[in-house]
Amino acid sequence: MKNDRVRDFGEYVPAPDDDLIVCRCEEITKGEIRKAVRDGLFNVHEVRRFIRCGMGLCQGKTCARLVKAIIARELGAPVASLSDATGRAPMRPMEMGVLANETGL
Amino acid sequence: MKNTSDVLIVGSGAIGNAAAYYLAKRGLSVTVLEKSACVGNGGSSRNGGGVRQSGRHPAELPLAMYGVKNLWPSLSDELGVDVEYCQGGNLRLGKTEAHLKILTGLTESAVVGGLDMRMIGRDEARGICPYLSDEVIGAGWCPTDGHANPLLATLGFYRAARRLGARFVSGAEVTGLHKIRGRVAAAKTADGETHGFGRAVVAAGYDSRKILSSLGLDVPISPLLLETLVTEEAPRMFRQMLGTAMADFYGHQSSHGSFVFGGTHGLEPYFAYGEPRLSSFGASSTCRGIVGYFPVLRDLKIVRTWAGWIDDCADHIPVIGNPEETPGLTVACGLSGHGFGISPVVGLLLAQLAAGEETSLDVSKFRYDRFRAKV
Repeated sequence: MKNDRVRDFGEYVPAPDDDLIVCRCEEITKGEIRKAVRDGLFNVHEVRRFIRCGMGLCQGKTCARLVKAIIARELGAPVASLSDATGRAPMRPMEMGVLANETGL
Repeated sequence: MKNTSDVLIVGSGAIGNAAAYYLAKRGLSVTVLEKSACVGNGGSSRNGGGVRQSGRHPAELPLAMYGVKNLWPSLSDELGVDVEYCQGGNLRLGKTEAHLKILTGLTESAVVGGLDMRMIGRDEARGICPYLSDEVIGAGWCPTDGHANPLLATLGFYRAARRLGARFVSGAEVTGLHKIRGRVAAAKTADGETHGFGRAVVAAGYDSRKILSSLGLDVPISPLLLETLVTEEAPRMFRQMLGTAMADFYGHQSSHGSFVFGGTHGLEPYFAYGEPRLSSFGASSTCRGIVGYFPVLRDLKIVRTWAGWIDDCADHIPVIGNPEETPGLTVACGLSGHGFGISPVVGLLLAQLAAGEETSLDVSKFRYDRFRAKV
């Protein structure tokens, strides 16, 4: 979907729950996510790459839906219009030594 | 909004965004068109973050050295975001006499190019990085190499360019460039829009080939699938960028403690171009490489793996310049998998080429028409 990044969000209005930690693994707050969106990071992928929410040990299994909802609200867009972060292997953290044992195709 | 600008950039990777930043800083109006819905969604956000000068082709070495000397040290201040640049040196490791021969060749070539690099023995290597396997017998050592965070650098250039007024449109796939009275002056997008410009900069990775072919230019690049992985956080262990003589893996420990490693398994050319997907052997092959050189990391957990495309050029160095037969066009493509470390300098050179300035470095070795048949 085409997305022209020129946008005026108006003045930042702090919310009472801006200090709430949304991504627990990386300790990212709601306010940090809101500010990232206003900084031009307009989807889940860009926000997580820039401020690391959903990039920790659980890989966003806990916070992905919350992060998406915060981004959508800040953009004034429906949640359904945003795609989810890509699910990546391994499903659970796995030791390098175990992965190294896999030699077949 | 009116679809005209001084410069139109195709591709919002690290290089396109850097060019946008340096052009916007010169006061030019800039539009960046990105095919993906996401800025910097190609190799720029998927690489291992190396900021290396060692192991470079002699033609590319001056670009890497210029970037390390003039751009990387101040980039965080310049962009207003910590890009996690760490000048911890680069160790390229060897376990056999054959490895040492390769490393010696790379070192000699780098020294001829003026780089501070030398061969070191087992003890000195272990002094620099105490976690090496006992099997390591020597290494090529470049103390001024390092690494940075590709996500933050790529999006940092985007954010800084946007703040300076550059217009970015994502989800806008350029299907072709068009000449008007002999000069490249318009781009068409897949949704039928036309963008006019004084000059176009094509920095679209492998997709550059298709876009340039609309003007009758062909550059010999092909897509290779490269895979990368990241571990859980670990206590600070070492600051170096790491690699091996056989290039079976490379990587570093990032600022927040995770290790980022990439590797090659030999089957990179045999995947159909499209959405990059992991192969079934990439991560395990890279893990064997890592564990073989760093047994201490055996129990560290992988949290994520991913893949990306590189645009591998026939001679593995990029195409950069203003092709004479297409006035109004500036090109940078075929970065061949070592583009991230030189992305700020290539962005600067593109801005200079597009603005009609003298370039800080000679780019004549990167001409689009340098390729010859073997007979």
